[in-house]
Amino acid sequence: MKTPVSHMLLVLLASFIGSFGGVFLKAGAAQVRQGWIYLFVSKQAPFFNWRLAAGVAFFLLSSYFFVLGIRPPGELSVLYPMVALGYIWTLFWSRIFFKEPLTRLKFIGLFLIVVGVFFVGLGSR
Amino acid sequence: MNATAANPARALDQTVRRQPVGLVFCCTILGAAAQILMKTGANHMTHAGIMGMLTNMPLMGGYCLYGLSTLLLVLALKDGELSLLYPVIALTYVWVMVLSYLIFHDNFNLWKVLGVAFIVVGVTVLGKGGQS
Repeated sequence: MKTPVSHMLLVLLASFIGSFGGVFLKAGAAQVRQGWIYLFVSKQAPFFNWRLAAGVAFFLLSSYFFVLGIRPPGELSVLYPMVALGYIWTLFWSRIFFKEPLTRLKFIGLFLIVVGVFFVGLGSR
Repeated sequence: MNATAANPARALDQTVRRQPVGLVFCCTILGAAAQILMKTGANHMTHAGIMGMLTNMPLMGGYCLYGLSTLLLVLALKDGELSLLYPVIALTYVWVMVLSYLIFHDNFNLWKVLGVAFIVVGVTVLGKGGQS
């Protein structure tokens, strides 16, 4: 395996930060008024939907670390599955922050997706 | 017996739950188009730096599509479960693979096809998990 551990840690960090992007978009979405024009206008004081802004910021930061991680000699076959780990973090955040039920089908579906992303990574060598 | 016809409340509930998945589905198509545009832009990058990026139309178009895709994701998250919708974004891999084969003639192999199949089945199972 040629991929340095430092590159793996960068992509892992990217997936972790990205999963929080989803959490903040979800939290911010609940504050969105009817109509897309009010996207960043919150229902409650201070009326600026900082949660949505934070979500977007987390996504941008995540893509920055992702790009750093996939630079050569980082291999996509190793790094892509680590991106898919972000879906697993998100499952736990959904449970903790939004009390969403974790059904058996969700676990099975997620497992299949992670395996699929792993295969895509293998094919991208 | 048709269960949805017998129970209008449940039928309405199912429609509301399905729409966010449809929105995220559109998200993944926009996201894939954004990635293809960004790749095109990166290939045609004449000079690096901020001005080189700002004047690069395909690259900027890619960013705009990403913005639009995020907007749809927010609308979807308003009514949908995060644990259900976030992994559906993996469908982007499927579209990117097909588009990069068609446009850039990237190679296709068994692993990629197998991977795409797993992702599609996984998303379908996940969708079922959210409706129960």
